[in-house]
Amino acid sequence: MMRFSTLLKHPADWMTGKGADNAVVLTSRIRLARNLAGVPFPGWAKKAQREEVLEKLRPTIEGLSCMKDGFSKSLDSLSSVQKQVMVERHLISREHAARGEGSAAVIERRQSVAVMLNEEDHLRMQAIRPGLDLSEAYETLNRFDDEVAEAVEYAFDPELGYLTTCPTNLGTGMRASSMLHLPALVISDQIGQVLQAVGKIGLAVRGIFGEGTESLGNLFQISNQSTLGESEATILRRLERVIAQVAKHERNAREKLLEDDPEMVSDKIGRGYGVLKHAWIIDSKEALNHLSLLRLGGDLGFLPPETVAMCDELLMEIQPAHLQIHSGRKLAPEERDAIRAEIIRSRLQSLEPPDIGKIKKPGGDDDASPDLGIA
Amino acid sequence: MDCDKCGKPAKVHLTQLVGGKIKKVALCNECAADSGVTDPTGFALADMLLGGEGEQKVASVVPRPPRKSRACPDCGFTLDDLKRIRRFGCGNCYEAFREEVQDMIRGMHKGTSHCGKVPDGLMEMRQRKLRLEELRARLDQAIAAENYEEAAGLRDEIRQLEEDMSKSETPS
Repeated sequence: MMRFSTLLKHPADWMTGKGADNAVVLTSRIRLARNLAGVPFPGWAKKAQREEVLEKLRPTIEGLSCMKDGFSKSLDSLSSVQKQVMVERHLISREHAARGEGSAAVIERRQSVAVMLNEEDHLRMQAIRPGLDLSEAYETLNRFDDEVAEAVEYAFDPELGYLTTCPTNLGTGMRASSMLHLPALVISDQIGQVLQAVGKIGLAVRGIFGEGTESLGNLFQISNQSTLGESEATILRRLERVIAQVAKHERNAREKLLEDDPEMVSDKIGRGYGVLKHAWIIDSKEALNHLSLLRLGGDLGFLPPETVAMCDELLMEIQPAHLQIHSGRKLAPEERDAIRAEIIRSRLQSLEPPDIGKIKKPGGDDDASPDLGIA
Repeated sequence: MDCDKCGKPAKVHLTQLVGGKIKKVALCNECAADSGVTDPTGFALADMLLGGEGEQKVASVVPRPPRKSRACPDCGFTLDDLKRIRRFGCGNCYEAFREEVQDMIRGMHKGTSHCGKVPDGLMEMRQRKLRLEELRARLDQAIAAENYEEAAGLRDEIRQLEEDMSKSETPS
């Protein structure tokens, strides 16, 4: 079995966008909720029943071929910092991290499939892929789900589909989402319109970091809300189409910014670079916002293309639990800000200043204009 | 609420106006019967319980339905629990609270009926169960009509189907 330290040392390919175009759509994620028939859901089950479910499900999941040499831990065997690190890497949910005995996490070696046992439902499984590729992520998870279904009987109703603790997940039990980086739509003030249009189609949009409606680092997540009354294929098709349109809008906005106001873009990216390269104390909010600009610079050609992956790694490494693991002890907030600045400085050491002369020529693929209904 | 007289769970709730104020009395079935509360004309009890302020007018004497809310027969999760946390206790709760489920999911999703994936083998199992029910009903009819030849055929078919089902239920 894989150790926690190994898990920590090797970020998944999807976290750094390996093998995919992830400049705008960072990741695609599918989550399926499933429960066993005839046993109370985790929140209502007695302790003994929860443990029984775990004893049945955990060996089943661990035994699936794709989980060979994977990671499997009972949540009471992980420290709260370790659990928090897993939350920051999107391997378990915040709710799951709050659990202990009677719950577990089983993660595939390359971290492309991760399973939470006894979260809100008996089984919460996810598959993640870099870039916009919801269908492929679904195919992976669908096969995994079939294998699990051979070994256990799911709670299922012909009318209501897969039965879940919360009725908002009934039917397919599927939540599909993508994480998007939309700095140009934010800078050009179009983000409100775009997100409103997405909301009108019945999809949910939220910021990845930050509380409530606030979005830090210009990162957004778009996901389906409805899980009942449509097939998985229908939900995924609509979602992929909408996400592709939003990505296209972002692309267009990036090109337009370069055409209309290259100095403003250079200034923003240059300032981001300057602050990150020379700051000694930086809080999470400031760091995320400047990293977002650096990431944009990498995509536009102001900075080498590898900058995008570097920023994605940093987004993870500068989060609180990662910082604590990095320093091997609990940190006060002001200590965190100093260590965060130090990590960023050291990563940026060999990064040359942005060069406005290297700006990527706007591409000519602006046919098939998107139709989100935005002027 | 407990009985004001003996402390057992109250079943009878008495509301009356005393001196222009509403006074409430809760009683268990026994104490209510003992004191004649179920008979709206016999009213010595109110005086006794309320410290002799005197009766004025009986507003109502209502035996309420049992206070305990409806529960899922499988896991004991109650309708009150559902209303409070908006989540369910087990898969069978969806059957136990079918009406409430319909109210809850209206407007929550694009539809109210599942169109997606069905676990392998589950649909087949369901169809077999329906077929079995149908065969059993026909068997009863055949026996009632003393049509023994048909009944024997049906019985064999049922046996075969039951055998198949028990085979596929055991995991390979």
